[in-house]
Amino acid sequence: MLHTSNIVDLRARLHRREVSAREVMASCLRRIEAVDRQLHAFLHVDADDALAQAEAADRRLAAGEKLPLGGIPVAIKDAIAVRGHPLTCASRILGQFISPYDATVIERLKAAGAVVFGRLNMDEFAMGSSTENSAFGPTLNPWHPQYVAGGSSGGSAAAVAADECLAALGSDTGGSIRQPAAFCGCVGLKPTYGRVSRYGLVAYASSLDQIGPLTKTVADAALMLEVLAGHDPRDSTSAPRPVPACSAALGQPVKGLRVGLPKEYFVGGLEPVVKQALAEAIRVLESQGVELREISLPHTEYAIATYYIIATAEASANLARFDGIRYGRRVDGADPLELYCRTRGQGFGAEVKRRIILGTYVLSSGYYDAYYLRAQKVRTLIRQDFLRAFEQVDAILTPTAPTPPFRLGEKTADPLQMYLTDIFTISCNLAGLCGISVPCGFAEHPRRPIGLQLLGPHFGEETLLRLAYAYEQATDWWRQKPPL
Amino acid sequence: MAQPSAARKLTRMTDTGMNVHQVAHLARLELTAAEAAAFQAQLQQVLEYVEKLKQVDISGVEPTAHPFPLENVTRPDEVRESLPHAEALQNAPARSEGLFVVPKIVE
Repeated sequence: MLHTSNIVDLRARLHRREVSAREVMASCLRRIEAVDRQLHAFLHVDADDALAQAEAADRRLAAGEKLPLGGIPVAIKDAIAVRGHPLTCASRILGQFISPYDATVIERLKAAGAVVFGRLNMDEFAMGSSTENSAFGPTLNPWHPQYVAGGSSGGSAAAVAADECLAALGSDTGGSIRQPAAFCGCVGLKPTYGRVSRYGLVAYASSLDQIGPLTKTVADAALMLEVLAGHDPRDSTSAPRPVPACSAALGQPVKGLRVGLPKEYFVGGLEPVVKQALAEAIRVLESQGVELREISLPHTEYAIATYYIIATAEASANLARFDGIRYGRRVDGADPLELYCRTRGQGFGAEVKRRIILGTYVLSSGYYDAYYLRAQKVRTLIRQDFLRAFEQVDAILTPTAPTPPFRLGEKTADPLQMYLTDIFTISCNLAGLCGISVPCGFAEHPRRPIGLQLLGPHFGEETLLRLAYAYEQATDWWRQKPPL
Repeated sequence: MAQPSAARKLTRMTDTGMNVHQVAHLARLELTAAEAAAFQAQLQQVLEYVEKLKQVDISGVEPTAHPFPLENVTRPDEVRESLPHAEALQNAPARSEGLFVVPKIVE
């Protein structure tokens, strides 16, 4: 049952040589064999490669190397390049693409001794909130197969929650790490924009995208962040800032920390069971001496509209590279124009096409000022709301999503309804903040996880993780496992 | 105006609407008739929703293009190792003699 462990515990056992990295990897592979047919978290697993990496990790462990993630199996969202592994972004347009290089986060994981394996399902090009937009079929919620795993990193969240790996990488453009973590019952950390290099992440919306970890515990998230974070000269948007010693800070008392409750977030649309779980969480934090106070983020109601203009505009530019010429799938035509139109028309799924069309439209001549420029200005106001709030508080507490996991197919026919589910996660990306989702309860009939979100100021991960850890240690939601 | 501009063509549907066929062509996307009809209705709804941004007073507000104001990030102009030629071509759908093969552009 090595796969059910968390990183911190397992690492200690690996360092003591009580267990081998090979045994750990084999345990995860058996678990995948047993449950992934029900979940479809993985698009691809190369067992031989994973075991070979584990054996290499065992040799380093035998030589006495105490690496931060030595022998720990970490699975990867299918949008992040791993040399020699397939990369599809859960899209047909990438065909049989094999990555010719490692993303910076992958180099860092490998340098830390991790076994980097598997390709995790996602919404195509990270566009979606339920993983139903994968060209290869949805990932199902580990707690109940008729419910979504969330998205876009639904495969990452389901794999971690179902103990198929020790941790996973996801990417978060509008909540794509935090919302699936909440829906599946694991921890999801979206670092501050610029904290983690995006080199080797397939770009969706470059001013919003950020890579982060999905883990079973807050301590594991802190450990993963320490490995992943840091300046990278290959990503001009990565911040030249020192990496905080997050793990060391976890146990510090949270008494006296000030946490804001945005009054705009606790109104209509919030399901009673979520509201109740949050009220309970607030009491837990208060009992630890955290001071909760009401704050205001007055431009909250404009966040979704702002996001879907900016994100689609950036996506329409970023996805122009998929043209059937240099890589991926090609559908031939009589001339280059016909080749482009056919390749893209047949290669992209419906949601990707919708977003490219919307993004092209809001950037087009005559509409740029009315849509794109206006959205960029409202983005400034949303950012300023947060800067003002963080003058009064150390962190902000919100639900991660307004509802528990919803049913498969419930929102697929109505894209706008799907977009509206991102209400609590999207502002964090627009403002470039850090955020984390941790389990905070369950909805019943059927039992489905609920997550709470903590948002921190730019480069405020240390305090964020301390608060999340204090909450986690005072509760046992995170110990509960899905009935698989 | 004698010749309708591209922007005018885009407004053919309604005041706040788009012509999905026209925009899809700009984005080099071939759509089936069913897709075009569905997207037209769905995106119309989304455009109506984003109309709410018109309520916001943005006078004197600077646009945000990037969450952090980073300026002039440069690196030394040095020759460095790059992806080997063969690896750069390994994912190409059609290649020949170290080049990407594309349909004829000039007769």
